Amino acid sequence: MKEKIIYFDNAATTKMHDTVIEEMIDIYKNEYGNPSSVYDFGNRVKSIIENARISLANNLGVEPKEIYFTSGATEADNWAVLGAARKLKNKGNHIITSTIEHHAVLHSAEQLEKEGFEVTYVPVRADGILNFEEFKKAVRDDTILISVMAVNNEIGTIQPIREIVEYVKGKNILVHTDAVQLIGKAHVDIKELGVDMLSLSGHKIHGPKGVGALYIRKGVQIENLIFGGGQEKKKRPGTENVAGIVGLAKALDQTLQNLDEKEDKILELREYIIDNVLERIPYVRLNGCRQNRIPGNANFSFSFIEGESMLLALDMYGICASSGSACTSGSLDPSHVLLGIGLPHEIAHGSLRISISEYSTKEEADYLLEKLPNIIEKLREMSPLYEDFLNKKGEY
Amino acid sequence: MYSKKVMDYFMNPRNMGEIEDASGVGTVGNAKCGDIMRIYLKVNDKGIIEDVKFKTFGCGAAIATSSMATELVIGKTVEEALTITNKKVAEALDGLPANKVHCSLLAEEAINAALWDYAEKNHIKIKGLKKPKEDVHEEYLEVEE
Repeated sequence: MKEKIIYFDNAATTKMHDTVIEEMIDIYKNEYGNPSSVYDFGNRVKSIIENARISLANNLGVEPKEIYFTSGATEADNWAVLGAARKLKNKGNHIITSTIEHHAVLHSAEQLEKEGFEVTYVPVRADGILNFEEFKKAVRDDTILISVMAVNNEIGTIQPIREIVEYVKGKNILVHTDAVQLIGKAHVDIKELGVDMLSLSGHKIHGPKGVGALYIRKGVQIENLIFGGGQEKKKRPGTENVAGIVGLAKALDQTLQNLDEKEDKILELREYIIDNVLERIPYVRLNGCRQNRIPGNANFSFSFIEGESMLLALDMYGICASSGSACTSGSLDPSHVLLGIGLPHEIAHGSLRISISEYSTKEEADYLLEKLPNIIEKLREMSPLYEDFLNKKGEY
Repeated sequence: MYSKKVMDYFMNPRNMGEIEDASGVGTVGNAKCGDIMRIYLKVNDKGIIEDVKFKTFGCGAAIATSSMATELVIGKTVEEALTITNKKVAEALDGLPANKVHCSLLAEEAINAALWDYAEKNHIKIKGLKKPKEDVHEEYLEVEE
């Protein structure tokens, strides 16, 4: 049955660009020297890393020395949040984040609470965008750090990072943003955005897994998370993931080529999917604001059915997608993001995230749209909730 | 992560549906936790379960376990049906992932709840039958249109 893979889970990870793979293979084969070695065979690898850093920095509008390579965005998020708070603990005790952050930030914030910090989790509105009034109320004299994601990974909503930066200007508060879902989807000029720290990941932008970066604005001091040798100016020691770093820089560079055209195509495909799903399937809702979201994300909730069963049924046709259902995460509660926008548990359980990339095609969208209505119908036929709903409907 | 058998029972569920004049109906679980199972039983005057149907809101394992549970009780006496444990359901499906064992427990409870309903309706006492837990929520019926 499963002849082809229809990949609609690009917010989870992406297909690597061929050019990225080629460059990485070359590094693995020919440039295996240790960048910290004295001899040329090792030392020249250092310039390979520095060139990657320059490329990445240029594409983000920052200075190369402000980029620190990490093992991924989880480490970058952990480092930014824990490192900044611990460094500033004599200055203040209060941290602000949002209720819809990635667990890399949320669990770091929880760790800080254990260490004696106070954290405010600012809620989002029903459309999945930070409640700015609540945010303003949360800012205090002893606030030292704000960490709010640039784009939410589940519902794709764009958060008001520039407004946050603007609001706290002059207040001596560091602003970090997890920009994993933004980088590679828009031309980002970090200086213009104005944040002090920004995390990004390789594998979400058609690059390799296991590599990411943290931008730390010149002059900002944060504590180390990792201790060891002198790599990354002693701030993030460990022998460099050279091929990964090269792959990350190349991936961003290629993803940004003709970006506007690519994003227009992605947006068109996304709107086509949303229009058709809302038109062809009853009792469905789109989660998150339709306009203020990145082009590649669509997130639906189908009433009366559960997400994991949807994913399994789609998988039988080779269609890859994801859900905020508890059953897919192994926890009892459905996604904190979907609960955060005010969905009842049972609606959150029935969610489906479709995330599109430049490699997605109209044919793939049509295939999804051909299979999905039948899957939903079949699962609803099985659902006691749907049965009860149909029986009670006459009374409304 | 699932056995071939679980996938088979999920994709081609046996005994899915309703029984109009069921002798007993049991619904367990709640929408908040993400799974609800409903079992319909038709018991003949000899006390044999002639027909069983199920409806399930839940994950692949929840659907497969409820379907398998119907197969295990069909043709059995009500007393025999009470001996169908969650372990037997899981074994019949060639095992379940550790985090899905609760689904088989729910299937056992659903059978039990349907038998309880049958016993109540007919004013009979079935040895070993326990009153089901009442934790089915009603709030799921509020739907945005």
